[in-house]
Amino acid sequence: MRPRAALIALLTLALLAGPLALAAHAQSKDAFIPLLVYRTGPYAPSGIPIANGFVDYFTLLNERDGGINGVKVVFEECETQYDTKQGVECYERLKGKSALLVNPYSTGITYQLIPKAPVDKVVVFSMGYGMSAASDGRWFPWVFNFPTNYWSQASAVIRYIGTQEGGLEKLKGKKIAHIFHNSPYGKEANPTLEDLAKKYQFELTLLAVDHPGQEQKSTWLQVRRLNPDWIFMSGWGVMNQVAVKEASSIGFKMDHFIGNWWSANDSDVVPAGEGAKGYKGATFHAPGTNFKVHAEIVKNVYDKGKGAGKKEEMGTPLYNRGIVNAMLSAEALRTALAKYGNKATPTSEQVRWGFENLNLTDKRLDELGMKGFTHPIKVTCEDHEGNGPVLIQQWDGKKWEIVSDWVVPMRDVVRPKIEAAAVEEGKKLGYTPRDCSKEK
Amino acid sequence: MIYREAGQFKTTYAADQAIFPILQDRVLVTLGLVAAFLLPPLLASEYWLQAVLIPFMIYALAALGLNLLTGYAGQLSLGTGGFMAVGAYAAYKIATSFPGLNILLVFALAGLVSAGVGLLFGIPSLRIKGFYLAVATLAAQFFLIWLFNKVAWFVNYAPSGTITAPPRTVFGVMVTGPLATAPVRYVVVLGVAVLLALVAKNLVRGRVGRSWMAIRDRDIAAEIIGIRPLPTKLLAFGISSFYCGVAGAEFVFLYLGSAETTAFDITLSFLVLFMVIIGGLGSILGSFLGAAFIVLVPIFLTNAPHLLHLSLPVALQKQIELMVFGALIIFFLIVEPHGLARLWQISKEKLRLWPFPH
Repeated sequence: MRPRAALIALLTLALLAGPLALAAHAQSKDAFIPLLVYRTGPYAPSGIPIANGFVDYFTLLNERDGGINGVKVVFEECETQYDTKQGVECYERLKGKSALLVNPYSTGITYQLIPKAPVDKVVVFSMGYGMSAASDGRWFPWVFNFPTNYWSQASAVIRYIGTQEGGLEKLKGKKIAHIFHNSPYGKEANPTLEDLAKKYQFELTLLAVDHPGQEQKSTWLQVRRLNPDWIFMSGWGVMNQVAVKEASSIGFKMDHFIGNWWSANDSDVVPAGEGAKGYKGATFHAPGTNFKVHAEIVKNVYDKGKGAGKKEEMGTPLYNRGIVNAMLSAEALRTALAKYGNKATPTSEQVRWGFENLNLTDKRLDELGMKGFTHPIKVTCEDHEGNGPVLIQQWDGKKWEIVSDWVVPMRDVVRPKIEAAAVEEGKKLGYTPRDCSKEK
Repeated sequence: MIYREAGQFKTTYAADQAIFPILQDRVLVTLGLVAAFLLPPLLASEYWLQAVLIPFMIYALAALGLNLLTGYAGQLSLGTGGFMAVGAYAAYKIATSFPGLNILLVFALAGLVSAGVGLLFGIPSLRIKGFYLAVATLAAQFFLIWLFNKVAWFVNYAPSGTITAPPRTVFGVMVTGPLATAPVRYVVVLGVAVLLALVAKNLVRGRVGRSWMAIRDRDIAAEIIGIRPLPTKLLAFGISSFYCGVAGAEFVFLYLGSAETTAFDITLSFLVLFMVIIGGLGSILGSFLGAAFIVLVPIFLTNAPHLLHLSLPVALQKQIELMVFGALIIFFLIVEPHGLARLWQISKEKLRLWPFPH
């Protein structure tokens, strides 16, 4: 009977100790930014580099500048495994520490946080992911998805394919397949692609891959039967590596296979070896470490032994995206601090103002050591997306190379769709739009 | 001594048939219920309500549903996630099609839809048993998830395939949607769980429950004494799916706020099955204990390093959490294969004799 007694004692103890663990919340005097990351599970190959980039940039700001305009950035990671239920737990736990903004890193979690954002007064910054309709700032004041969203990206990729074919009118009759992760994230680009297919009369085939995406044989059998001219992919995690491998094994022309910006990282192409050569991906910043900011990170973070990952792993597209994400958050905070007085922790309303009035110029990028790294951006009350342009990068077998100029999305197609969708999504939540001319 | 029932005479049939025949139990349960309804809404933080207690109650309801089917009627099912999804999507369709309908009624209707689907997938249970039935219900799980992913009608043609709980009030109080406060949602979830647990308790004590248990223990013998297997098994599937459906509807409307099909994938089915096994097959209390174990222990393990002021890398912490959690499950199953409910029963026996064990 001893073990039983021990067992009962253990169980009671565990249940009673739970509340104690949670009571230990302290309010911090600095700017607190929770990071929902996934360093384990099937999405870890994508989740690790982006989290490292994010953490390294904030460490750089703290180490080199002592924070943002004197306000130290405090961040805490919470593991979600890209799972919405764990995402809720993380958000609720970290929100209590007076979070100013949250980066969900998952379209599914973003969808969950969007209704909560105005109630909890936490800025949701889903950089280049999440709900495209949230780009209309009149309906969704607390949600930001600049520099550009899935719909803009899809239109930019179609424009790029058009230029490759010798003009958008040449798309007529071409077969384009969209292979997507069967989740809100993967489905997001579909409506825009469908509209564009009608407009330019190309033949669009939508092929879903179920979570987590390790099994894609049937999808690629369909691809083989269809023999499309171009493939566009919205994948994530292990799904990407498997898809790139499958494409190379059926002998698909890799330079006609374009991943979206979450499907073009080193970890996605390296497993396919030589076969991945020529694979393309969309992005909104440059790959590599040839920028001043990387040298600064090495000097101030890695050389002091405070790096989040390994020094050699810097410069992958997703790592750099983490840097861009952190930089945009930091610059928005800086904008808020500049307006509302430095040296004190801003409120979340002030941070929201900072996001909405962010104007990142070429000159400012140069000061940040990011000249040519990413595109300047201006956010407004109406436009939380910025409609930023897209780059196409290509894998040459060893590293990513930028192979296009900045491709401008089709704003004339995307913006009306965003405004219509924002009305629909906003009404579902019982919102009313605000009048942007009254905002200061 | 604490549980001594000496002197408690039962003079009527009603007293003999009471759910809790012992006074101490009645007092304990009443106090527990009052505490459950009053203390958390007044004292608990939003984190506790939103991330711990609400999912605990919803999982407990789902576990209760599965326990009726697997624990009482002996039909092994891996389709819980699918049936919960039916409840969730049905509730979404009903709530958005009839905006004026009381949301509690919506939950009940969603449960009925789920019960219908459960009946349908229960039909093979007459011919297949045990592991083979598990595989058949697994097919239900995959089919249902595929269906909700494929047919855009279920999500009102939302391009993302996400369903979002619309804001609804009950008696002027916001219950669902972003403006509903955590205490209100908790009280609703708790109320539904308590009500349905009471129904379940009475079901399993009565004719229906007894016929389920007869089928579970030896179906041929049950048939010989006059229990018709098909209606009995189908009833178990139907009622179990009703519970799971209500739990699924609450899962989206009161807990997650918005969800997609991956929230209801096969891992959810396994999770609920583990709750039932760890809590105790064929026990109402076990469903709650199992859900508490599965929900609370990972959260405790996540927060434990903070408590000890250890700052571990999150990935390492997650891996430790998974390992410890797995080890605990094995430990509990070795020490007490009949589940936590059995442990409670044993301690009750001990308390009855205490302090003079013989």
